[in-house]
Amino acid sequence: MSNALSHESAALKAYAEASGWRLGWAKFRRHKLAVVSLYIVGLLYLLAIFAEFFSPYDYSDINRRHVLAPPQAVYVVDASGQFTWPHVRALKGQRDPVTRRLNYIEDPENTFPVRLFAPSKPYKMWGFIPLETRFIGVSTPNRQASIFLLGTDSLGRDVLSRIFHGARISLSIGLVGVALSFVIGIILGGMSGYFGGWVDTIVQRTIDLLQSLPTIPLWMGLAAAVPPGQDPLVTYFMITVILSIIGWTGIARVVRGRFLALREEDFVLAARFSGASEMRIILRHMVPSFASHIIASLTLSIPEMILAETALSFLGLGLQPPAVSWGVLLKDAQSLQVISQAPWLLVPGLAVVITVLAFNFLGDGLRDASDPYGKV
Amino acid sequence: MNEPLLTLTNVEKHFPQSNGFLKPAAAPVRAVNGISFSIAEGETTALVGESGCGKSTAAKLITSAITPSAGKITLRTRDGNILDVGSLRGRARKALWRDVQLIFQDPFSSLNPRMTVKQIIAEPLRNFDIAHGQEATDLVADLMDRVGLQPGTMSRYPHAFSGGQRQRIGIARALAVKPRLVVGDEPVSALDVSVAAQILNLFQSLKKDLGLTYLLITHDLSVVRHSADRVAVMYLGNIVEENTTAALFKSPRHPYTQALLSAVPSQDNQDKPRIVLTGEVASARNIPTGCPFHPRCAYATDVCRLTAPTFEQLPTGGRVACHTPLEFMP
Ligand SMILES: Nc1ncnc2c1ncn2[C@@H]1O[C@H](COP(=O)(O)OP(=O)(O)OP(=O)(O)O)[C@@H](O)[C@H]1O
Ligand code: SF4
Ligand SMILES: [Mg+2]
Repeated sequence: MSNALSHESAALKAYAEASGWRLGWAKFRRHKLAVVSLYIVGLLYLLAIFAEFFSPYDYSDINRRHVLAPPQAVYVVDASGQFTWPHVRALKGQRDPVTRRLNYIEDPENTFPVRLFAPSKPYKMWGFIPLETRFIGVSTPNRQASIFLLGTDSLGRDVLSRIFHGARISLSIGLVGVALSFVIGIILGGMSGYFGGWVDTIVQRTIDLLQSLPTIPLWMGLAAAVPPGQDPLVTYFMITVILSIIGWTGIARVVRGRFLALREEDFVLAARFSGASEMRIILRHMVPSFASHIIASLTLSIPEMILAETALSFLGLGLQPPAVSWGVLLKDAQSLQVISQAPWLLVPGLAVVITVLAFNFLGDGLRDASDPYGKV
Repeated sequence: MNEPLLTLTNVEKHFPQSNGFLKPAAAPVRAVNGISFSIAEGETTALVGESGCGKSTAAKLITSAITPSAGKITLRTRDGNILDVGSLRGRARKALWRDVQLIFQDPFSSLNPRMTVKQIIAEPLRNFDIAHGQEATDLVADLMDRVGLQPGTMSRYPHAFSGGQRQRIGIARALAVKPRLVVGDEPVSALDVSVAAQILNLFQSLKKDLGLTYLLITHDLSVVRHSADRVAVMYLGNIVEENTTAALFKSPRHPYTQALLSAVPSQDNQDKPRIVLTGEVASARNIPTGCPFHPRCAYATDVCRLTAPTFEQLPTGGRVACHTPLEFMP
């Protein structure tokens, strides 16, 4: 019995009155890698949402003077060795006398300062907000001025801008797919755990069946059935549906497992003795205890969706150009020749790797934090 | 005393065993195998037996958490009617929990870690429409005060409390509906000895103040001595002996009761040797024929192996189920 309430420190009181979410957050924060991943994921979504603004160019701008141009470096030291404002050097095209290939070399004499919030050609954010400023650009209105930080593709389009725009589809398909899986998973998993009996048997055997199918061929088969040449939005939606056909099974398993475990808990029986209705037992007493587990497992299934979309689009079964996603971009880097001549076209792959790793670390951290009362 | 508050008549609970798909069904677990006893209003009755003998199952039957496979459980309601506890459903079953409440063994798993103490204790107030809002908060404060908790701590979560304090929270929750019968399923076995003594004292004072009737379930006879009026001893789903606490402690008549008592340290049995039961502890999956205790009984005869003993009324007011009860020692 704490008789000295008034003498207790504020920290102790804060701990005593900390909800499960607060304790979980405290536990999550001790997971450094997960915290860093949270920031990375946040940044990626920020870039995707404001892709037009963060991109130096329109993702579809064709630039015939700079086809397959290599990434341009940002210099802070000028030709004479003096520190200067960050700048890029102009690219000069030179045809190789033997191979007839166009090579680009940087001209140290012809430099353009890099500007933040640079003025640009008018464009429309999200297709309806007219803007004339981009986050980064070169200020000189000069035909030679260019800033291709990650180079250009075979039509002279800026790879960085295309990655930012591709992030929109690649990152959102994970969220939409998981949302759809979540709805199916929580309904079927909840029914399975709640009713038990034959409902449970049917749902569980269906999950077994779906999980035993090899995923890639299944996705390929389904994606091949999506008629080509449709509105990209339709294709996009079809792809998420296809991904959710497998995706819900994992979530349903988690929901059912938590349901069965919690149903046996004394505090659930205690809630019944306290007169709580069946609905209240589920919503007030059980759901708060497994919501955190579900958030963690949802987070862990987002990267699977992202990888699946990338794989399908890479194989030409997902989204088609002119839509851009990371998978579509990687399709440009399919041939060995391209890879040897323009390795920067593989950078979208790096974006996929970073995203998938960040989501996995984040999900691991959330999973550990989802049981704040367990042994530390 | 008039009609007992609670009566159990030949109550059985068998759990069917399924071995899985397409396998022959195994024999059911006979957790409670035909028990009869009654609890008088205002008394504390103890149900004693070793682990696995069906005590928790009995507690769940009495509180209508599960329904009996056979037999009858009846409760005398406030207005004198007799309620068939075993057949309650829906609203009627919910209404029972205004009269009968359970206190759990585990003070950790029985409190929802994601609810504050106030929310936990106010839950029955809200659900039974007893009090809402400020009125409920005041009642929670009263209840906390009554069980020895500081009302100022009601906005804390269970993780901030010790085992003993958590058990007090559970008691406050059970008392919120002003029940008439409180069943404690090993309410102190998870606590340290000194904390357990405090909780038992709390039970005593609550009983005096609120006129409660207790069913105290325990595996530990030493808990029973100072808190119970009557004791029923259970073995493998059966009651083997029942008597007033004084008579049972003074002169146990069933060999199993004798063995249990010899393990309790007290002045009377200092010089007596402790009876150590030999033989395997039989399981409720496979109850021996005849007297269920015979494989471990030092006095077992051939009759014991073949026929189950029936109850014999004792002159001291109790009853015992044994073919050759031990000598009465006045
Ligand atoms: N739901 C169930 N399904 C199958 N068997 C059960 C179930 N509940 C209890 N049993 C079995 O019934 C028997 C009695 O269990 P019970 O929990 O009532 O014993 P107990 O006396 O409370 O023991 P303990 O001291 O361990 O709490 C045990 O063999 C147990 O395995
Ligand atoms: S009936 Fe026989 S076996 Fe059972 S307790 Fe009595 S003496 Fe022992
Ligand atoms: Mg038990």
